[in-house]
Amino acid sequence: MNILVFVESDEGKIKKSSQEAVAFGAAMGGTVTAIALGSIESAELENLGRFGATKVLHASDDRLSQGVIKAYTSVIAQAMEKIGADVLVLANSSLGNPVSAHISVKLDASLVSNVTELPDTSGGAFTVKRSIYTGKAFANVTLGKDKKILAIKKNAIDIKETDGKATVEKFDATLSDADFNVKITKTDKAEGDVLLPEAEIVVSGGRGMKGPENWNIIEDLAKALGAATGCSKPVSDMDWRPHHEHVGQTGVKVSPQLYVAVGISGAIQHLAGVNSSKYIVVINKDPEAPFFKAADYGVVGDAFEVVPKLTEAIKATK
Amino acid sequence: MKILVCITHVPDTTSRIAFTDNNTKFDTNGVQFIIGPYDDYALARAVELKEAQGGSVTVLNVGGAETEPTIRKALAIGADDAIRVNADPVDSLFVARQIAAVAEGKGYDLILMGRESIDFNGGMVHGMVGEILGIPALSPVMQLDVDGGKAKIAREIEGGKEYLELDMPFVAGCQEPIAEWKIPNMRGIMSARTKPLEVVEPASDEKGTQLKGFELPPPKGEIKMFEPDQVEELVKALKNEAKVL
Ligand SMILES: Cc1cc2nc3c(=O)[nH]c(=O)nc-3n(C[C@H](O)[C@H](O)[C@H](O)COP(=O)(O)OP(=O)(O)OC[C@H]3O[C@@H](n4cnc5c(N)ncnc54)[C@H](O)[C@@H]3O)c2cc1C
Ligand SMILES: Nc1ncnc2c1ncn2[C@@H]1O[C@H](COP(=O)(O)O)[C@@H](O)[C@H]1O
Repeated sequence: MNILVFVESDEGKIKKSSQEAVAFGAAMGGTVTAIALGSIESAELENLGRFGATKVLHASDDRLSQGVIKAYTSVIAQAMEKIGADVLVLANSSLGNPVSAHISVKLDASLVSNVTELPDTSGGAFTVKRSIYTGKAFANVTLGKDKKILAIKKNAIDIKETDGKATVEKFDATLSDADFNVKITKTDKAEGDVLLPEAEIVVSGGRGMKGPENWNIIEDLAKALGAATGCSKPVSDMDWRPHHEHVGQTGVKVSPQLYVAVGISGAIQHLAGVNSSKYIVVINKDPEAPFFKAADYGVVGDAFEVVPKLTEAIKATK
Repeated sequence: MKILVCITHVPDTTSRIAFTDNNTKFDTNGVQFIIGPYDDYALARAVELKEAQGGSVTVLNVGGAETEPTIRKALAIGADDAIRVNADPVDSLFVARQIAAVAEGKGYDLILMGRESIDFNGGMVHGMVGEILGIPALSPVMQLDVDGGKAKIAREIEGGKEYLELDMPFVAGCQEPIAEWKIPNMRGIMSARTKPLEVVEPASDEKGTQLKGFELPPPKGEIKMFEPDQVEELVKALKNEAKVL
């Protein structure tokens, strides 16, 4: 099997979710080639060998430093054809999703997103498990076309690093002006923070935090844990926190190792965004809060008292 | 301006998810169906644009006859007419093919969808339709303004937003805060009964995937509770038991 993996970078570093995509491709068996676009240092690209890539194609055209969907579609489709890829693997993301949808039509491939497990290829079929109903269930689907595209959900695989090193090869794709006819005029991005969809640990606050002025309590705990911060929908609706931190059915779906919910009641729409977390800790003053039913560990108590103590206890173990 | 809004007919966000027929069918027992929440944002923005600049809003659903009350609700919210492609929406590519066939050659300036359906969560239909029709597809769109033949949009990316400018026509997968959800009023509900709802047969039978069956996640284990003065114990459990620290 010939597998191409599209890897994304953030501030010059390959994203964790893309490392997972490479590891996923490697675990499927077969030869894994990665494709990276824009300016990324070659050491960072060689490093993809640690996750199972033998070769990295690098399309370094300056114009690709912005994630332009059409241009990315064009380059990745050309890379697939060049190496004769049977399968394209990538991480679910705001760039990976549209790009994979376009490529699936362009190259006549079967596409499945939100893949949570390695494919089952026994008996000649190619079946994958995907998350549906916003994490409340799974579907097993068979991909019927010769070419296949898998957009994988975070934590679909445990990464095992080796000391491999990938060879980096320049990839000159043909690009036309029409590939850039949608202009990105500006990007606003929180820099330096742990990105919420990528985070291994997430600390979220809800309306129980009373106001934005109390968010230092959440941030201190997040810092002690090396976590990203999230929030419930009303919190972002009231502008206490930016919209991209809002977790749930209508917001970001997270799948961290640990999700800490502070002052969040646990409405079903919030749970829909966190139900693929490995462990959930709930801190709430109301013992009847529905979130406790979905949690692994709980503390009934006042967030303003419990959270600073928890932060100190975590710092003490480091 | 001519706008096409593609809506899903999906279980209410509070629904209990269960399956029947040996885990091959969704159990609709006691389930309330709604317009997909993201599609509802797309519809609200479409109606706002029509009210401000004139034009028409057509809603489209790929689904069986059971989706008609949901389509009527979209008409009550302010769409002018509706099309139902009479087929089970079994796969993203299948749905995309139907939407593209309906839109082809009709001169829609905008095709608005939701960021994702809340049953299938593919997040893929918009990109597929864009590629089939040879027009851009952007998602998730949080802001959409049009002026003449041009549009300015804001798209959510991990950790922030991206602002784009492009020519119409294009496809957009919408999410909040693009508009406020609209609640149908009495006049809307009355007029929706007589607005045209055309039923067409599927234009293509092409699918990318085949469903084998559904599964529910394993039940959660017992929760471990700690007193507010036992946070050290909690940290120990996270470290030694869950091994996440
Ligand atoms: C279609 C739809 C989509 C939605 N999508 C989302 C979504 O994506 N994400 C989302 O979050 N919501 C979503 N919602 C809203 C959801 O239904 C809830 O209203 C929301 O999650 C509640 O937020 P909350 O838990 O912060 O607030 P509340 O429900 O008000 O809960 C606050 C909690 O804080 C606790 N508390 C108060 N003071 C303290 C204290 N001092 N210490 C500790 N605990 C304290 C209270 O006991 C309470 O449990 C959606 C709703 C709909 C209808
Ligand atoms: N059966 C359908 N009928 C009409 N539109 C649909 C249908 N399924 C999906 N869509 C549209 O495509 C968007 C993305 O769906 P999905 O790719 O399934 O997440 C939805 O928000 C709808 O706007």
